[in-house]
Amino acid sequence: MHELSLLENVREILENHAVSQKFSKVTKVTLEIGKLSSVEPEALRFGFDVVMKGSLAENAELIISDIAGLGVCQQCSLQVEMETSHEPCSHCGSPFVKVIQGAEMKIKDLIVI
Amino acid sequence: MCGICGCSQPGKINNRLQPVNGRVHQHDNDHGHQHHDHEAERLVKVEQDLLSKNNTYAEQNRAYFQQHNIFTLNLVSSPGAGKTTLLVETIKVLKDRFPIAVIEGDQQTEHDADRIRATGVPALQINTGRACHLDAHGIGHAIMELGIKANSLLAIENVGNLVCPSSFDLGEAHKVVVLSVTEGDDKPLKYPDMFHAADLMLINKTDLLPYVDFDVERCINYARQVNPDIQIIQLSSTKGDNFSVWTDWLAAHVKLESHV
Ligand SMILES: Nc1nc2c(ncn2[C@@H]2O[C@H](COP(=O)(O)OP(=O)(O)OP(=O)(O)O)[C@@H](O)[C@H]2O)c(=O)[nH]1
Ligand SMILES: [Mg+2]
Ligand SMILES: [Zn+2]
Ligand SMILES: [Zn+2]
Ligand SMILES: [Zn+2]
Ligand SMILES: [Zn+2]
Repeated sequence: MHELSLLENVREILENHAVSQKFSKVTKVTLEIGKLSSVEPEALRFGFDVVMKGSLAENAELIISDIAGLGVCQQCSLQVEMETSHEPCSHCGSPFVKVIQGAEMKIKDLIVI
Repeated sequence: MCGICGCSQPGKINNRLQPVNGRVHQHDNDHGHQHHDHEAERLVKVEQDLLSKNNTYAEQNRAYFQQHNIFTLNLVSSPGAGKTTLLVETIKVLKDRFPIAVIEGDQQTEHDADRIRATGVPALQINTGRACHLDAHGIGHAIMELGIKANSLLAIENVGNLVCPSSFDLGEAHKVVVLSVTEGDDKPLKYPDMFHAADLMLINKTDLLPYVDFDVERCINYARQVNPDIQIIQLSSTKGDNFSVWTDWLAAHVKLESHV
C-alpha cells in the first residue's frame, strides 16, 4: 500500500524528534513492522532513500525488524501463529481469532548525532 | 479542527519542522565541559506508530461527530463500483428526513461533487493529487469548511482503491465497502484488508447479474472468511432493487434525537 506516505510520516516524526531530543543527523532508523500490518518491507526499503533525501536522515541506514503474527482464538482460547490477519484458527478452524501481535508498524529507535 | 498542526491559523506553518542547523547546546546536567564526545552517536527511543498522526486527527474528527451527532460513513471501493451513483440515489430518498452532506475524494476533478450538488445537498471535493487515499487531517479541514449540521448524515466517498484507504481511519462510524458484480466474486479474498476493515458490504449492480459470471453466495462466503461479522446488502443503485434495505439501515443509524 501507500508505503511512500508512511515514509513521509517517518520523516516528519524524525524532524519532530530532532527538535525535542536535540539532534541534527540520523544515521540509523529501526522500524518494527508486523507481519500482519499490510506493509511491504521491500517497498519501504525501496522508497526510503528517496523520501529521506534532503532530510536529516539522508543516507541513513534502514533496519526493519519483523514482528511475527500471533492471535488468540475466541472459540478454543488457544494462542496461534498467524501468517495473515484474516485466517481461521489453526486448531479448531474458527474464523474468530483476535490478533494480539503483528499489526504494528512503528519507529522503534534511531541512532543520531 | 487543527489543534495539532495549527494550519488554519494565519501565518503559522504546518508542523514540517526544519532540521536544526545551529544546534541547540543544552546544559541540563552539570557536566563540567568536556566536549570531546558531542559528536558521538547516541540512541533515541521513539516507539511511535507510523500512523499515529493520522490516528490523532481521526480521534478529533470522531469526537466532533459524536458531539454533534453526525453519523459518518467512509465509502470505499475500486474505481467505478458505483459509490457516487449510490449516494445520489440515497440522497433523493432521504434528504427530506435529515440533513445530508458529502465529502468527495478523487485524485482529480470536481465531477463527483458536482453530481452530488445537483441533488441539492452540500458537497466538498478533496483532490488528493498524488495520494491514493483520504486522510483524517484533510477530513478535519473539510468538516470545518462544509459546516455540517448536527443530527445529520455525512457520507465520505473515498478515492476508488481497494488497498490503502483501509488503513487510514477518518473518524467514521463505519467503513462501507461497495463491490459491484462486474468486478468478480473473489475480490474479498484478493483485497482482504479492506473487507476486514469494513462493517458493511454492499453488493451493487445486481441488475447485471444475468450477464456476468458472479456467484453471490461464493462472494458472501469469501467476505465472511476475512470478516465473520460483516453485514451484507445486495442492491442495484440504478434500478432500485432492494434499495430500501440500505436506506432503512441508514435511517435507523441517523438518530434524530440530539444527545447533548
Ligand atoms: N447497471 C448498473 N450500473 C451502475 C449501478 N451503479 C452504478 N452504475 C454505473 O457504474 C458507473 C460508475 O458509477 P459511479 O457512481 O461513477 O462509480 P464510483 O464508484 O463513484 O466511481 P469512482 O468515484 O470513479 O471510483 C456509472 O456508469 C454508473 O451509472 C447499478 O446498480 N447498476
Ligand atoms: Mg465516485
Ligand atoms: Zn481455535
Ligand atoms: Zn490542518
Ligand atoms: Zn557542554
Ligand atoms: Zn494511499
